[in-house]
Amino acid sequence: MTEQDHDALRAIVGEANLKTGDTIEPDLFHDELGTVANSPEVHLTVTEKAMVAKIMRYANDRKIPVTVRGAGTGLVGACVAVKGGILLDMSKMNRIIELDKTNLTLRVEPGVLLLDIYEHVEKEGLFYAPDPGEKTATIGGNISTNAGGMRAVKYGVTRDWVRGLEVVLPNGETATFGGKVVKNSTGYALKDLIIGSEGTLAIITEATLKLMPKPKYTVSLLVPFETRAAAIDAAPRLIMDHVIPTAVEYLEKEALRHSESFLGKKLPHNNHESYLLVTYDGNSKAEVDNDIDAASALCVEQYGAIDAYLIDTEERKSSVWTVRGGFLEAIKASSSAIDECDVVLPRKEIGAFLEYTRDLAEKLSMRIPYFGHVGDGNLHIYLCKDDLDEKTWLKRRDEAFGLLYDKAAAHGGLVTGEHGIGYAKRRYMARQLGEAQMTLMRGIKATFDPNNILNPDKII
Amino acid sequence: MVSLEWQIISIVRGEMMKIITCIKQVPASSDVEVDPETGVLIRDGNNVKMNPYDLYALEAAYHMKEQRKDVSVHSITMGPPSASDVLVEALQMGSDEASLVSDRRFAGADVLATAYTLSQMIRHIGGYDVIVCGKQTTDGDTAQVGPEIAEFLGIPHVPYVKEFMEVKDGSIILRSAYDSCDEIVEVSFPVLITVDKGAFVPRLPSYRRRLSFKDYKIPVVSLKDFNDKNPDNYGLNGSPTQVEEIFPPSSTSETVRISTTPEESGKKLVDILKESRFL
Repeated sequence: MTEQDHDALRAIVGEANLKTGDTIEPDLFHDELGTVANSPEVHLTVTEKAMVAKIMRYANDRKIPVTVRGAGTGLVGACVAVKGGILLDMSKMNRIIELDKTNLTLRVEPGVLLLDIYEHVEKEGLFYAPDPGEKTATIGGNISTNAGGMRAVKYGVTRDWVRGLEVVLPNGETATFGGKVVKNSTGYALKDLIIGSEGTLAIITEATLKLMPKPKYTVSLLVPFETRAAAIDAAPRLIMDHVIPTAVEYLEKEALRHSESFLGKKLPHNNHESYLLVTYDGNSKAEVDNDIDAASALCVEQYGAIDAYLIDTEERKSSVWTVRGGFLEAIKASSSAIDECDVVLPRKEIGAFLEYTRDLAEKLSMRIPYFGHVGDGNLHIYLCKDDLDEKTWLKRRDEAFGLLYDKAAAHGGLVTGEHGIGYAKRRYMARQLGEAQMTLMRGIKATFDPNNILNPDKII
Repeated sequence: MVSLEWQIISIVRGEMMKIITCIKQVPASSDVEVDPETGVLIRDGNNVKMNPYDLYALEAAYHMKEQRKDVSVHSITMGPPSASDVLVEALQMGSDEASLVSDRRFAGADVLATAYTLSQMIRHIGGYDVIVCGKQTTDGDTAQVGPEIAEFLGIPHVPYVKEFMEVKDGSIILRSAYDSCDEIVEVSFPVLITVDKGAFVPRLPSYRRRLSFKDYKIPVVSLKDFNDKNPDNYGLNGSPTQVEEIFPPSSTSETVRISTTPEESGKKLVDILKESRFL
């Protein structure tokens, strides 16, 4: 990019919102995991959609790569400007535009943080259900990765909660897909194509989210088991027995210990091998109590659980969920470097897959802690570098990834459940999906972005 | 570990160590309405929970029980029949027995009358070694009921307990945390202690225990069962405190000011953040 480009862009966003070279904050060169890193030539902070349209027209004319970034909490390098060019920072487009209590929708700009959405709607007794672990992520980022979270078992993922999107296309034109409508059979589902496209097809400038009345009661159970297999098998059985929870998390001793020592807090009843953390919610206490009773009885009397412990007050929720919530940070802190595998499998296959993962850890002499949303089949598996030298680490990491993704595919699984493909997982996706699907995807990309300027080298 | 010596003493005495825990049902949120006429808290039966400090008191009792094995824990609460929910919870957590102290004549009790009523209840149960209370309740916030019970019973008390160092034959070694110092004391039974938050990780109510207490009927104890049957000593009549006004406490936040060189300020800030586990 030239000085002339800088001047043109400065004229669009204003002096304060353009940074170049050494003045760009190095934190913007990578995402939260940090395995993919590169510096953009220009960092632009936008505050309104007209700026986005003008920037894209300019960039498209000159074929300057543009990488969109929110809060930078991703884990696969999707928000890293791997081709240099413009890093388009949406985090200041963070206005909540409209809460529509009749249509039960919330219109937001893409830079609004998830935690601000919860706060805004919950004080009105309303509920936005997706709950990815990272609450300081932007909604734009959540939509771009089709983020999931723990409540996906009952409420689905981000895609199920987006009614409409307003976007700027790579050529600078704007388009609106969907809206406040509940139903929509109007042509191809372009909104759903944008969701999960990780900033490669268009830039989200506004989203219309679906809301529902907030469930009045939420109660969880901490269910310890003697063996891993018993815990993992219980999750699909609960679903088979029609006591479908809001969330089912699987916890194991090793990940727990990391989190406990990292946080300096202990989980109650922390001396067991493995656990399910099962949540139910609803609008009447009786309804939730019934579910809790049924789930407790099934777990203890039929699935071989040691006991079922009730988590019903704020103190109890905090004592358990704080430790669960600290897993990723604790694992990160426990190793010199980590990389992650976010496979998703049919629920029934999880036991076999985790057994394979443990065998692999032993075979490669690598620590591989994990935890997972067993209710929806999504596992978070962490490869730890620990004391390995860089060369050995990279070799073993790639070998482990290759084997894990092949094994997942053999069990009917897919490369990513909620973190996305980004830059880091492209080859694994291409290998699994095959040429026919990849050709379709490349065709879609070329239709939206013929000059390949928008987040190049991501996904495909 | 149970020492041989203690086992022999136990056999000779033929008695179990008896712990009484005093617990209370409190509003589940701090957003509690106050009756503008009477200045009394409007208690919403659907929005209640066990006093959070009592969870630690119970865990302390169960901790002693696990150490000695020959311990029975009896939980008591004072309140309307609906307050027995916290006793059910205590049974599900680890208590062996539970009793509800309930009588219309106990209504409107202040700190003193409450402590007196509970002391009468404890005398009614009798044979206790240790009485465990939470440091305070989250609705009354006085932290006085425990020590006043001890005074009425004429036994020693140890407040603000944060660590159980050793349970011995006939005595216990405790660490209490005061504002400026910690105090380690050994105190003989019978004794009353009040337990602070953080002393233990409170256990959760168990489904298996719930099944085993399914048919347990919680006994209700009223004025007629007490040694002192004079109604003037209980409830509103027995309360010297006159409530003029009740209002929610103002929230406080602590500000730490670091004024030194930028390098040292940075270091100190990192230390503070680490200490608070933000880093």
